[in-house]
Amino acid sequence: MPKDTGIGAAVPRTEDRRFTTGKGRYTDDFTVVGLHHAVFVRSPHAHARVTGIDKSAAEAAPGVVAVYDGKQLVGDGVGNLICGWAVSSKDGTPMKMGAWSALATDTVRYVGDAVAVVIAETKAQARDAAEMVEVEYEELPVVVDATDALKPGAPQIHPEAEGNLIYDWEIGDAAATDGAIANAAKVVEIELVNNRLAPNAMEPRAAMAVYDAGTDHLTLHTTSQNPHVARLVLSAFYQIAPEHKLRVIAPDVGGGFGSKIYIYPEEIVCLWAARKAGVPVKWTADRTEAFITDAHGRDHVSKAQLAFDSNNRITGLKVNTVANLGAYMSLFSSCVPTYLYATLLSGQYVIPNIYCDVKAVYTNTVPVDAYRGAGRPEACYLIERLMEKAAKELGVDPGELRRQNFITQFPYQTPVIMTYDIGDFSQTLDAARAAADVAGFAQRKAASEAKGRKRGLGYSCYIEACGIAPSAAVGSLGAGVGLWESAEVRVNPVGSIEVLTGSHSHGQGHETTFAQVVSDRFDLPMDNIKIVHGDTDSVQFGMGTYGSRSGAVGMSAIVKALDKVEAKVKKIAAHVLEASEADIVIEGGAVKVQGTDKQMAWHEVGLAAYTAHNLPEGMEPGLKEGAFYDPTNFTFPAGCYICEVEVDPDTGVVTVENFTAADDFGQVINPLIVEGQVHGGIAQGIGQAMLEHAVYDESGQPLSGSYMDYTMPRADDLPSFKVSTHETFCPGNPLGIKGCGEAGAIGSPPALVNAVLDALSGMGVKHLDMPLTPRRVWEAINAAN
Amino acid sequence: MYSFDYVKPSSLQDALDAISGGGQPLGGGQTLIPTLKQRLAMPEALVDLTGIAELKGVSMSGDKLSVGGATRHADVAASAEVKAKIPALAALAGQIGDPQVRNRGTIGGSIANNDPAACYPSAVLALGATVRTDKREIAADDYFQGLFTTALEEGEVVVGVDFPVPEKAAYQKFVQPASRFALTGVFVAKFAGGVRVAVTGASQDGVFRWSEAEAALSSNFSADAVPAAPVADGMIGDIHGTPEYRAHLVQVMTKRAVAAAG
Repeated sequence: MPKDTGIGAAVPRTEDRRFTTGKGRYTDDFTVVGLHHAVFVRSPHAHARVTGIDKSAAEAAPGVVAVYDGKQLVGDGVGNLICGWAVSSKDGTPMKMGAWSALATDTVRYVGDAVAVVIAETKAQARDAAEMVEVEYEELPVVVDATDALKPGAPQIHPEAEGNLIYDWEIGDAAATDGAIANAAKVVEIELVNNRLAPNAMEPRAAMAVYDAGTDHLTLHTTSQNPHVARLVLSAFYQIAPEHKLRVIAPDVGGGFGSKIYIYPEEIVCLWAARKAGVPVKWTADRTEAFITDAHGRDHVSKAQLAFDSNNRITGLKVNTVANLGAYMSLFSSCVPTYLYATLLSGQYVIPNIYCDVKAVYTNTVPVDAYRGAGRPEACYLIERLMEKAAKELGVDPGELRRQNFITQFPYQTPVIMTYDIGDFSQTLDAARAAADVAGFAQRKAASEAKGRKRGLGYSCYIEACGIAPSAAVGSLGAGVGLWESAEVRVNPVGSIEVLTGSHSHGQGHETTFAQVVSDRFDLPMDNIKIVHGDTDSVQFGMGTYGSRSGAVGMSAIVKALDKVEAKVKKIAAHVLEASEADIVIEGGAVKVQGTDKQMAWHEVGLAAYTAHNLPEGMEPGLKEGAFYDPTNFTFPAGCYICEVEVDPDTGVVTVENFTAADDFGQVINPLIVEGQVHGGIAQGIGQAMLEHAVYDESGQPLSGSYMDYTMPRADDLPSFKVSTHETFCPGNPLGIKGCGEAGAIGSPPALVNAVLDALSGMGVKHLDMPLTPRRVWEAINAAN
Repeated sequence: MYSFDYVKPSSLQDALDAISGGGQPLGGGQTLIPTLKQRLAMPEALVDLTGIAELKGVSMSGDKLSVGGATRHADVAASAEVKAKIPALAALAGQIGDPQVRNRGTIGGSIANNDPAACYPSAVLALGATVRTDKREIAADDYFQGLFTTALEEGEVVVGVDFPVPEKAAYQKFVQPASRFALTGVFVAKFAGGVRVAVTGASQDGVFRWSEAEAALSSNFSADAVPAAPVADGMIGDIHGTPEYRAHLVQVMTKRAVAAAG
């Protein structure tokens, strides 16, 4: 049984006290004497040449200290924004990346592209003055749809990328896959859209930059998921300041979902402007700015063929995907529709032959990058839609068709790079079917029919890859960074413990989960343990939090550091207690010699380490150990989701009646937090599947740029979820963790769409694209009739 | 928002004086405040009407139910008087927006703004209510004049709305998923003299009476009597619904309203 606060214990989140009582401190809560405010002048056009900027009226406005434009930014040597992962086309040519200046110099490429910044004493003054900046635009033709952008004669967005094609990438064996399709007994085909989403973190992005001329040092408070990466990129590529003269603090951060991984133009401009204008500068996005400047997610159009032999075994999968990357290449945009997407196309299945071609495309829309799941939701959606369609066309049970094709032998090498280390897909399928009462579905369907409603049931057997990632492996695939994590464990002289981690919590509950690992190891109360993160001056280094990596990678680094601390503690205790190290045990707040009554209190060991009066010969004083952990493989969370819906055929309204999730996340540290992550992920997945859509009109104007038109999932859109976990322990990291942060958002969309298609199968509806809004569902029913 | 002066008078006369001096009337601010935040309006002064006792509350006035112009949606929804006399009106008020909206928004503000997707205009029109202003009484049929357009003159204030009490009535709202305004909302009211059907959310001209349905339901008040969907021409088309979809919903929601009215 787990200890009260150890691994596996359902400890309520310690950080929630401050979050729920208004005591959290977010970037916008910080201030300094003399703080000034930045407001950006943004393009109202999706594509235009900037032919002139008249700043004179704004510069003369009350409270204004500076108005800067892109030419000044470039003139001061601030570098263009980078993309951190180099992806090459199948012909070997490097990706065609267009220049992205933090303030546009001569061309704007999406609505919201920043052209100037106003720095004033108050935010209201900065807003007033921003309206006085007169920008002359010469409008250019616009393209917002990625497929359209590839057509001959489409508007050219960047001179560097002819025909708007960034890369045409491939993976897998095209000839073998074509052969499998040609020789198949059955080929199931699909064309689908993975809808574009706006991330909608509760806290909008913000930055506060302070320049200390006395020490020539900059401090940035910002809404970041990875402050060390921000510092690295800001210093190495944007020439803001060398790393030792730049401190980046990501304090409490209210949600990220990927959108706060990237270093955006606003942080760069605030830092540059703070030094240039000689005043501290803060910028906080309003909700409109969040909609039009936060990197969006998804936006794929795909065609796929799934081949079966005469025994309903899969023989091949061929996929063609067009990925919309927006107007500029955001920091990790290139890897999302390639290495984080196509490498998961094998799903939970033995698929001997896979081939995928991905064309990444520029359009006049906000940049697209990783968003909760990042590539894996798109892969899961594609393969799980195909499996359900295949079951319908083959006339077999969708669960059993999946089971028949499950991978059962591990490790399993897919044809698309990944080696799945462990899993038990039948276990989660069976658990989900039982919890969802699949056996009773026919009866419930009949009851729905009796009241004029259509009822459907849909599966999704997802697998994803977390714990990114082995540094050498991602380096060989083009990543610009290593994806290890670091930790330092400090035992203070009085025995309390501080853990400095490079992971960053922006809602995940690390302060609780990580402390549980320490509590478990040394049998100490949670209150003795503090988790420190989010400040480059405190924490040695870190790669941050995304890709559900904080458990599998971040905690593994902590475990490595704990190993070193434990070893030193035992050495000290053995020396002081005159016993053999092998006989030392740590339990109940004491360090004991097994089988005797000899012991030291935990804090006495700390004190001994720091007084250094009686240490083993040659031992350094102190009790503080650091570790870097580089994973040996991805981890592979997997599971089965079953969604049951009712559809009102008169209006097209879909009601989610039941949603069941059976997940394998490996070792669970805190089941409360894991369940919360699954709930949030499913809510986001259902949001994608039936509510959310970032839409642009043909002129590139956002049509869903506020909550009046962008539908967030609300509590009354969702049923009570039935969730459970079923562990197979990850062999690749010390705690056996796989990760749980994104699974809900990855696994749920196809389950919902499959359920609706099942409900409407009797009405002749064969296809729907997300989001399944009432309008779309009604139109599909209408068209089928 | 831009800076402005703010006054909160306690009498209608003081409010009217402030308005005639150039002030912009402010009800619950559920449209005006977001508009100001977006810097789409620049009033010199806001005249908050919600401190005027004579504009607030619900009472019977003769055979009509009288709702003060500054009465909040939450108060109408919770009013025992409204629930007893016109339960459909209380139900409608209880479905507007969310609790925050209902605790700020007012009936006067809603019908003065006349958003084409607002709920209240359908009740005012279907019930054949009379809009009382500081200057005159306006029949609902004359009051609503198109998108965000009413018979109100510059500076004229809605003092109250007087609702005839129907034999039966119901409101059926099909929500726009994001805003939860009415994508299409239908208010059906049956009086001794006939049935009135008012539709909000659907038309490019704002709230309207569906005369074909009124005629059919006046002779046979049953869901089966609701005629085929009106023509889609002139209906609103946006990302949430095509004109055809809205026209279809007019029929479906009318049927459901009739069924709900019992």
